[in-house]
Amino acid sequence: MTEKAERKIVIPGEVIMKGNDYLPGEGTEKKGDEIVAMKYGLAEESRKLIKVIPLSGVYQPRRGNVVIGKVENMTFNGWILNIGTSDNAFLSLMEVPRYVNKDGLEEVMDIGDMAVAKIWNVNRRGIDLSIKSRGLGRIDEGIIVQINPNKVPRVIGKEGSMIKLIKDETGCNITVGQNGLIWIKGNKVEDELYAKKAILFVTEKSFISGLTEEVKKWFEKEKK
Amino acid sequence: MTKTFKRPDGRKPDELRPISAKVGVIPNADGSAMFSFGNTVAIAAVYGPKEHHPRNQRNSAKGTLRCNYNMLSFSVTDRIRPGPSRRSTEISKITEWALEPVVMIDNYPNRVIDVHIHILQADASTRCAGINAAIMALAHAGIPMKDLVSSVSIGKLDKQLVTDLTKKEEDWEEGEGATDIPITMTHEGKITHIQLDGKIGTKQLNEAVELAGKATKKIYEVQKKALKEVGGKE
Repeated sequence: MTEKAERKIVIPGEVIMKGNDYLPGEGTEKKGDEIVAMKYGLAEESRKLIKVIPLSGVYQPRRGNVVIGKVENMTFNGWILNIGTSDNAFLSLMEVPRYVNKDGLEEVMDIGDMAVAKIWNVNRRGIDLSIKSRGLGRIDEGIIVQINPNKVPRVIGKEGSMIKLIKDETGCNITVGQNGLIWIKGNKVEDELYAKKAILFVTEKSFISGLTEEVKKWFEKEKK
Repeated sequence: MTKTFKRPDGRKPDELRPISAKVGVIPNADGSAMFSFGNTVAIAAVYGPKEHHPRNQRNSAKGTLRCNYNMLSFSVTDRIRPGPSRRSTEISKITEWALEPVVMIDNYPNRVIDVHIHILQADASTRCAGINAAIMALAHAGIPMKDLVSSVSIGKLDKQLVTDLTKKEEDWEEGEGATDIPITMTHEGKITHIQLDGKIGTKQLNEAVELAGKATKKIYEVQKKALKEVGGKE
């Protein structure tokens, strides 16, 4: 694992690095022998590759992301989910792990239901979803919190440290969608609201370094 | 000539009005910014990339940049009629052309990026303030770009070239009168937009472009600072 030593905010057109020692990654471009940022965000270097992590803006769907969406429409062979992207995501009947009668699509998911799904393909036509893994599928109970998608990495923390802390402290089961929707399921509504409060605290203080420690302190204070 | 010339507000010929810039002023937009030259204040909000409606205007080869420049009715001393006008549609188009060379929209086919520019207070150079705010808002929205652009208006009052006109100077009537030249440049000095309203010789126009180069460098620094500041907080 690389440390976050060299992290600085860059703006489009700014030269990040000179010389031919590094390779341009996502959000960067090679101009002559300089690596220039194309996006506004944090420049990070890992294994000779320089990339820019965006700080703001809309959610960019990526293959393998777990997202939470709302069923907006049903077709004869699947569902259309809104996951907060410019084009709607399609969940095919083929991607449901059990047999479904074509006349009974609404038994699995109806319009208005929320679901956890995984993106298995992003192409020009749109996004394809799947619920063929553990933990994916329709959401029956619990609450959903919406946060800024750019703050999702902070809520999860380094190797999941932050989310683990919140899970342990509140006793809730939490699923974080990369698109900024978070599903919290606990035994009591109070627990769920407590977890929500913690998550909102994290998003508010997302610019502090050593945030996990800060959240630990926050939990101690809340207990009293 | 330079010694005897005096600007109404006592500035030096190549001096800008106090500039201020702020990013993230509109929480519900995907990206937003405020930019001001003295009494001219512009805010810009960016939404998208999102689905392009109406469908018949979609471009399947690359994305679309759609700007909307709007002067609010209370922005000038005489209330202006709200809503689109001949002037505002023209400036919207001009803004699109000024931004398009740097904004990389090739990767967003069938999508649109909406840029809404509102002028809260007008004291000339509103289109320049609008462009400066718009490019910051686009950067804040995470849109890939080759560079930032900065815009400034260069004026010719009688025979003297000055930077960043005010309304009072724009209405200059002595001698040859006033000429207004809004110029937009990347920080490398490439021009993406230039307009001319009045009369000027080729030699002096070159001088004007040079003057704009110096002024846009100063504006670029302010834009850069504003963007870097907000990054730490959000």
